Amino acid sequence: MYLTKKEEEMLNGAEGGIVAKCMKLLVKLGEIYGADKMVKITSAQASGVSYKSIGEPGLEFLRGFAKDGAKVRVPTYLNPAGMDLGNWRDFGISEKFAKKQIEIIDAFKKMGVYLTCSCTPYLLGNLPRFKEHLAWSESSAVIFANSVIGARTNREGGPSALAAAITGRTGNYGLHLDENRKPDSLIDVKTDLKTNADFSALGYWTGKTIKDRIPYFCGIGDCTTDNLKIFGAAMAASGGIALYHIHDKTPEARQEIKNLEKIIFTANDLKKCRSELSDCDDPDLIVIGCPHASFAEIETLTKKLKGKKLTKELWIFTSRSQKIWADEMGYTGIIQEAGAKIVCDTCMVVSPLEEMDYKCIGTNSGKAAKYLPGFCKKKVYFADIDSLLEKGLK
Amino acid sequence: MRIKARSISEGRGEGKAITLNEPFGFYGNVDSKTGIIIEKGNPLEGKSIKNRIFIFPNGKGSTVGSYVIYALKKNGAAPKAIINTETETIIATGAILAEIPCVDHPEKDIFQLIKDGDAVEVDGDAGEIIV
Repeated sequence: MYLTKKEEEMLNGAEGGIVAKCMKLLVKLGEIYGADKMVKITSAQASGVSYKSIGEPGLEFLRGFAKDGAKVRVPTYLNPAGMDLGNWRDFGISEKFAKKQIEIIDAFKKMGVYLTCSCTPYLLGNLPRFKEHLAWSESSAVIFANSVIGARTNREGGPSALAAAITGRTGNYGLHLDENRKPDSLIDVKTDLKTNADFSALGYWTGKTIKDRIPYFCGIGDCTTDNLKIFGAAMAASGGIALYHIHDKTPEARQEIKNLEKIIFTANDLKKCRSELSDCDDPDLIVIGCPHASFAEIETLTKKLKGKKLTKELWIFTSRSQKIWADEMGYTGIIQEAGAKIVCDTCMVVSPLEEMDYKCIGTNSGKAAKYLPGFCKKKVYFADIDSLLEKGLK
Repeated sequence: MRIKARSISEGRGEGKAITLNEPFGFYGNVDSKTGIIIEKGNPLEGKSIKNRIFIFPNGKGSTVGSYVIYALKKNGAAPKAIINTETETIIATGAILAEIPCVDHPEKDIFQLIKDGDAVEVDGDAGEIIV
């Protein structure tokens, strides 16, 4: 693997022990996966933030890095934490958990990581361009950056993304190379996708069906950025997919597809998939915002909730920056009037939901529906927003 | 006997072998304070990998596994070295950061040649296993 003079120096300790350690890791990974050289990255997304996910070992690792003076050298955004950092007490989080979570956040802050605590960096000002190299480690953000934007990132693990952030580089392998970005299966969608839940269900089905391949979708009509956000998240959760193409919609969809194996997705598949994701139908808690709700999604919900009174709990997960706009527009007030809550910095998957007394969770997210049963030990009611609200307002 | 392998993480380690003939994920499956395997149904459940040469085919599961390998080392409960058939990123990341010698792609079938308790030396610099 070719290294520039500067990279050699970094590897040999000219910029300190931590940089050398990170460089060593990246060079090694590059060698294992056949990289010819390093590429400079323009940003990083660090996952492994919730104390629930990384526990004591993760905290110890990050504490050590921060103490030894590690600093990121490209804009590095942070994944959701295990709780709302502002008002965690309102959500049944224990003092012990909160103390550990704050220690983790402090370690990232010391390293210069932006405390965005969101899985949607692309909605918060970290918008890469076509063909830019990144080291992102949140699977839903990875698939968004690769597919919707056409930027280039592998599915990084927490420590390798952090090492890339600290050195500003990653190995030139995998999805950084054009030849590895070609579709290898064709999915012909023979049904109209109307809601986020529909997109999410197709995403879930795709990940389950083709695992970690690169799908090319035909037959998808009008769609919003929010549709694609929830679509990719489900695909990356049920499978290991890091890149998809949609005919006429995504930037790298001008590809040879004639010889690809074709799989058809019908209205019946959609129906079957939607019912497969549910194992209860009377939610006592409804969660929206996996990935984190955009301001537009909060606005839509606000309109639907205006002047109504919920009989069930409804939590909307989003980033702090989107919430500020919701506050300014008076949406937060309307949402709270209806009995719902806006929760920042965290989500239903990485918060300690399993310690709370809810049995059936309603969601429109295929990713949430995938993780809630195992990681949070909850049953799931999967439906579109209107059906969820119907249950919540009953 | 010397077996050629690919170097993943540098350093030398020697100890008694402990072998597992199935993929292993460090997250949630090993106690990072003691090195004892806690995965339900794992053939090594209740046994410790501390100070052993830990041999298993490949990794599985969460990316947080890297953090667990690092914690094992910090707690003095890590294996002396790791030998895999194919080391994927999570194990490689953990071993490199924790400075635990690790090799993969051995040229011979190590599960045939090495039995639990055999004295094994791993040379992570040269990419060699000495039995």
